[in-house]
Amino acid sequence: MSGQKYPASNSTPPDVDNAKRLGHSTGEFGTLRSTFSAQNQHVTSDMPATVKIRKGLDIRLKGGVQGASHDLPASDRFSIHPTDFHGLVPRMAVKAGAEVKAGDVLFTDKKNPEIKFVSGIAGTVQEPVRGEKRRILRVDVVPSGSGVISGATIDPTQPDGDAVRAAMLSMGFWPMLQQRPFAVMPASDSTPRDIFVSGFDTAPLAPSAAMVLEGRMDGFRAGLAYLNALLPEGRKVQLGIAQGDTSFSGVTEADMTSFSGPHPAGNVGVQIHEVGPMNKGEVVWTVGMQDVANIGEGLMSGSYVGKRTVALTGSRSQPALLNTTIGVPLSSVIKDRVMTEGTRVISGNVLTGTVRGDEGALGFHDQQVTCIPEGDDPLFFLTKGWLGPGFDKFSASRAFPTWLMPKGKEYDLNTNNNGEERAFVVTGQYDAVFPFDIYPVQLLKSIMVGDIDRMEKLGIYEVAPEDFALCEYVCTSKLAVQDIVRNGLDQMIEEFA
Amino acid sequence: MKALHKLIEERVKPNFTGDGKLKRFWVVFDALETFLFTPGHTTAKGVHVRDGIDLKRTMFLVIVAMIPALLFGTWNIGHQYYLSLGDITTADPWTAMFLDKIIVGAIKVVPLIVVSYATGLGIEFVIAGINGHAINEGFLVSGMLIPLIMPVDVPLWMVAVATAFAVLIAKEVFGGTGMNILNVALTCRAFLFFAYPKQMSGEIWIHDVMAAKSGGLLADGYTGATALGHLANTVGQPVQGEVSNGVMSMFADGGMFSLMNCFIGTIPGSVAETSALAALVGAAILIWTGIGSWRIISSFIVGGLVMGAIFNLLSLNAYMTIGPVHQIVMGGFMFGAVFMATDPVSAAQTSTGKWVYGFLGGLFSIMIRVFNPAYPEGVMMAILFMNVMAPTIDHYVIEANIRRREKRLTAAVA
Repeated sequence: MSGQKYPASNSTPPDVDNAKRLGHSTGEFGTLRSTFSAQNQHVTSDMPATVKIRKGLDIRLKGGVQGASHDLPASDRFSIHPTDFHGLVPRMAVKAGAEVKAGDVLFTDKKNPEIKFVSGIAGTVQEPVRGEKRRILRVDVVPSGSGVISGATIDPTQPDGDAVRAAMLSMGFWPMLQQRPFAVMPASDSTPRDIFVSGFDTAPLAPSAAMVLEGRMDGFRAGLAYLNALLPEGRKVQLGIAQGDTSFSGVTEADMTSFSGPHPAGNVGVQIHEVGPMNKGEVVWTVGMQDVANIGEGLMSGSYVGKRTVALTGSRSQPALLNTTIGVPLSSVIKDRVMTEGTRVISGNVLTGTVRGDEGALGFHDQQVTCIPEGDDPLFFLTKGWLGPGFDKFSASRAFPTWLMPKGKEYDLNTNNNGEERAFVVTGQYDAVFPFDIYPVQLLKSIMVGDIDRMEKLGIYEVAPEDFALCEYVCTSKLAVQDIVRNGLDQMIEEFA
Repeated sequence: MKALHKLIEERVKPNFTGDGKLKRFWVVFDALETFLFTPGHTTAKGVHVRDGIDLKRTMFLVIVAMIPALLFGTWNIGHQYYLSLGDITTADPWTAMFLDKIIVGAIKVVPLIVVSYATGLGIEFVIAGINGHAINEGFLVSGMLIPLIMPVDVPLWMVAVATAFAVLIAKEVFGGTGMNILNVALTCRAFLFFAYPKQMSGEIWIHDVMAAKSGGLLADGYTGATALGHLANTVGQPVQGEVSNGVMSMFADGGMFSLMNCFIGTIPGSVAETSALAALVGAAILIWTGIGSWRIISSFIVGGLVMGAIFNLLSLNAYMTIGPVHQIVMGGFMFGAVFMATDPVSAAQTSTGKWVYGFLGGLFSIMIRVFNPAYPEGVMMAILFMNVMAPTIDHYVIEANIRRREKRLTAAVA
């Protein structure tokens, strides 16, 4: 399935290779707007301009999801991992044992107390699971009783920016926002230059927009309208869609750009880079497409909505599309559908996902669970190892005969490192899968030596760790590239603190 | 293979770990064990799946790409030997005494390879042991490149000294694999060139040619010099002078150094550098697998062709009258373009930089060889020079990127 959901057809007419087309905007977003309108004059809203992403890689894994979704039964727990929000220090708002309603505040951001994290269900708060230095790793609510917190509703046709902001903060929608630079949650008083939403996911085995937004288009459009209210006057949310995808036809609440090409074309970072690259001092927000619908439905109804359609994928699973909620324990998602013996259960995709232990919950921003075999067997060099024929190895290079296989062949990859960490030797490898006008190796080196000035010059504001996931995948020297980028972003945060 | 792995883990490994008797040789054990078995290490953080490729496979494929040059070179050593003795003629290069040629060649080549690997890997193991880091695979390629660019009759002790110098001074002092500025194999060659100039010139390009000469056994026309050595003699001589005409006749069709002979490689020279054809086969393998930079290889060749064409247009001396294609199939040009210039550590690292790096490398190779008869092998000097220049080239490429970003910022603020 992966890589074929969005066939890179060249048949759509307005194929404008407009990379860097906004590279020289003048005035406060002036050219940005005018470039858009200039293009939209001869492009109907159904057929947005297409940006062709040439660099990247589709990793074709076995175990893609197909068919219709079905509802997952209500689970025995609601869990939220404060660690899903980078740099967040939670302050508990309720004590263990307290009874909460759906939408009640569980904890707040210590640095930014206006930002609330709410319970998705009515129930009893458990003692938080803590790690080193009593850091809170997880807050659980076990269902009991009933009741929903309800607040004011906001008319999506005439939303007021301040009201939307206040409602999102108090009702628990704020944590659904992410910001660049630094790939963190935005501060409660942050004003973005733009809000970007990626309307498709090109990561391995990711579900399509049609799958996860089925029946929620009204909510999605309302969400866009609310988000527009947070932008400077006249600005709209930037929505990136897959070329040829008709799921969003009729959406007028956003400026649309369509993208073709391999992963990471669906990464919001790539879309920002193509549509309106970030400069020093600018702030851009990003929101997941399901969370746009949650915000829309929530502010229309006046209560918290945290729906999540999750694709259960991977060769170790019986793939399924499950309607559930944010905070669902992974054990409920994989129940009866995954052989857990020797399996790695990943919340998210194989490139950026996280392992969350037996009791962990679905990642707050994740819409996918991937189950692949652990690869902890040593590989004899002549048969399976470095000198073996390698008919089962997937590689961006042509070092294995698998590049002769048909394009659609799917691979059952495991978690083996396929080698040991080595000094950085091979060049040009990252560039081939990194569609930014940024030199990845040089940026990484500046991070490793802690040169703040150089990081800034080389474009660290524009990137998030996930943008480097493919670099990490292809790396011959097996370096932890995403970790280095995260480290660099943390250095920048500290510098500006 | 499970049994073998169990045996290693249970019986052999304890000797090297903890209080084992051989714990100071842990690095050696680790290198050999990971050679046999890719460890069952799994991804810890970040991506959960990893590309199948690792440094071992990469280095192995580079060695595979060198095999055509190695095999041809081995044959050619014997071929040149019997040609110089007059035992065979150029008329039957492929059929006569095939096995004898291979044997003569192997007798020369195998010790070179053994000495190079033994010296280089020995030093790598010791240094890795001292520093307590894993042994990188970088020397697997360098250790094969060194014998391939040696003159046939170079004394083995010189190879050992030069390899030790190259590994220590060109690589380890900079921090080991991945940190070196200069290409290790070329540093080795350059060390010999400058440290033993007397022994590295003259009659060492054909096996035993010196003995043959003193014994009066040498076939007509054989001096033991390489194509570039002959051409160097024409510098400073009038274009149509006696010396020049004599040399140039060897480069005409049917001559010893005709275009075809130079391309196929049936000429005297270093062990594996003579065959442009074998180097091109290697280039095909490197580019095909995506391991060698096609940008560097192609721009290097174009650079050489451009310089050769310019000289050819000027034709100020006999050397310059050699056509550009003929220029680039002589000497180590093609071998250097494919296996030396593409060394990712010492080459430019940015895509734009690679074009510039390769083009200038090719340009200077031909320029040095024609302008300076003291350095007939201009390729070595040119690539080492470009190794030094590569960071500067990259610097300007990166600066351009930074300026683009700054321009965007000022535009946004204005």
